[in-house]
Amino acid sequence: MSKSFVQLHNVNKSYWRDTLEIPVLHNINLDVPEGEFVALMGPSGSGKTTLLNLIAGIDRPSSGEVSVNGESVSRLSESALARWRSRNIGFVFQFYNLMPVLNAFENVELPLLLTKLNRRERRRQVETALSIVGLADRMKHYPNQLSGGQEQRVAIARAVVTDPRLILADEPTGDLDKQSAEEVMELLSRLNKEFNKTIIVVTHDPRAAEKAHIQRHLDKGELNHL
Amino acid sequence: MKVLKLVSKNATRHLLRTFLTILGLAIAVMAFAVIRTSIDAWYAGANASSPNRLVVTNNISLVFPLPLAYKEKIEQLDGVTGISWAQWFGGTYVDPKNFFAQFAIDGESYLALYPEYIIPAVQKETFLKERNAVIVGRALADRFGWSVGDPIRLIGTIYPGEWDFVIRGIYTGKEETTDEAQWFMRYEYLDERMKAETPGRAGQVGSFIVQIADPSKAAQMSATIDSIFVNSLAETKTQTEEAFQLSFVAMASSIVTGLRIVSFMVIGIILLVLANTMAMTARERVSEYAVMKTLGFRPIHILGLIFGESLVIAGIGGLLGILVTFPISNLLSIVIKDFFPVFKLEIITLAIGMIASITVGIVADIFPALKAVKTPIVEGLRIVD
Repeated sequence: MSKSFVQLHNVNKSYWRDTLEIPVLHNINLDVPEGEFVALMGPSGSGKTTLLNLIAGIDRPSSGEVSVNGESVSRLSESALARWRSRNIGFVFQFYNLMPVLNAFENVELPLLLTKLNRRERRRQVETALSIVGLADRMKHYPNQLSGGQEQRVAIARAVVTDPRLILADEPTGDLDKQSAEEVMELLSRLNKEFNKTIIVVTHDPRAAEKAHIQRHLDKGELNHL
Repeated sequence: MKVLKLVSKNATRHLLRTFLTILGLAIAVMAFAVIRTSIDAWYAGANASSPNRLVVTNNISLVFPLPLAYKEKIEQLDGVTGISWAQWFGGTYVDPKNFFAQFAIDGESYLALYPEYIIPAVQKETFLKERNAVIVGRALADRFGWSVGDPIRLIGTIYPGEWDFVIRGIYTGKEETTDEAQWFMRYEYLDERMKAETPGRAGQVGSFIVQIADPSKAAQMSATIDSIFVNSLAETKTQTEEAFQLSFVAMASSIVTGLRIVSFMVIGIILLVLANTMAMTARERVSEYAVMKTLGFRPIHILGLIFGESLVIAGIGGLLGILVTFPISNLLSIVIKDFFPVFKLEIITLAIGMIASITVGIVADIFPALKAVKTPIVEGLRIVD
């Protein structure tokens, strides 16, 4: 068995509403080898997004440890965590979350502004990323000039433009029609196969989950094998 | 970019809102600058005063005269290098609304004490020779279309009757702050007629202007002069020219204080306008900031975006306000020149207006920026536009 790239060990997460504790995740243990394509499934409120947020380092566990590529994410400071995310994580949101004032090129370029790449190098990487998602001819288009599927593909280009080893997608097909959803999942599958990206997708769509090699099911905050 | 590009794109996202905010800022900066210039206009006389000139008036009030005979006693004092006198005339030209300052002066000595009034030598010579000659300031001459040689009739109010004059000179100010809206007539002309018509009013002056050698001894000299006339029928009050001018400002101190309060209220209003806009902006973009933080942008970047946008708006508003202030203050200086001959827009006023605008741009953003930075990513992502 290959070495774990993403590892969660006895992870618990609760939220507090005033004095009321709301447990979300219970004693989660998960190992994802590098280059895997994992689908996290489960009904609404089962804790899928919370689990993905913990892996992405945009939320912290109440207890337990989350590590990615040997780095203990849960122990990093906020500032270090931000730098770590910019280098290691590509994140795809359900509602694309593109900047409406930036065109496709500029949206994809956004994460590269945090790097030391010069303008020409940034342009080359943005063009490559947009070519991978099949939108090289839509560079100057603004989000409101693109379809939902195209917007999500731009969001995927933004996620891969820094060449991260781990791509996390939170319901990437949740706001798309059937055909666009199929194209987006196919694209993620291609990134996994051709570029050896480790991909973890949260979805409640069984057809989308079929593209993944491993499917895990969350129910009431507990993780089960399907 | 690119940060600047993002800032400018964000600033123009809601064009109407941004335009109205900039307009509000511009109007506020303009109002602030005009109000401050108005306050400066009150102090123009004091600012243009000379430190080596003292003004001696009646201790009871300015409206009570002093005997001209005091001149000999004052000029004999050590440290006095020159003395002259003036009397307020207060005549009406055509219409009582045509107000302007009119002084009967001792030509030779008065003009020697006021080198800031620049008069061509020929005109000065004629003025000193002719009893009914008058010298007027360039602004006053322009106001009524007067030229050298024009006969002018004033109707006396303090000194009743018709008074005929001939304009023999037009002076200009040495400095920009020199009052060019005054009328100087010969004291002898006034005094001779008083001797003939109301002898009791002859030999009286409104004030003496005393030139001293050492300005640092002004207080001592003032006390010495006043001590000479203690227990006389007309006790004196001697003060520096600046203090004398400021006593006029003090008469309107509540107006000046009111103007100062209004100028600060204007700044407060700008603050509220911009704070409201930036709070709305930051609230609308909570999810965008959360996305940026997810991508790896740190709080410093988010702060840069928010403050950058605010500074762009405040900067443009401030600059626009300054540009608008020039024509408005020029127009205003024409409208109120009868009361404020020196209405000059100072660079420092514009600088304060601009600094105030920029400061407001920063202060208005403190709470929205802190909120944007402190909002957890997970919470920000829950908000869907």
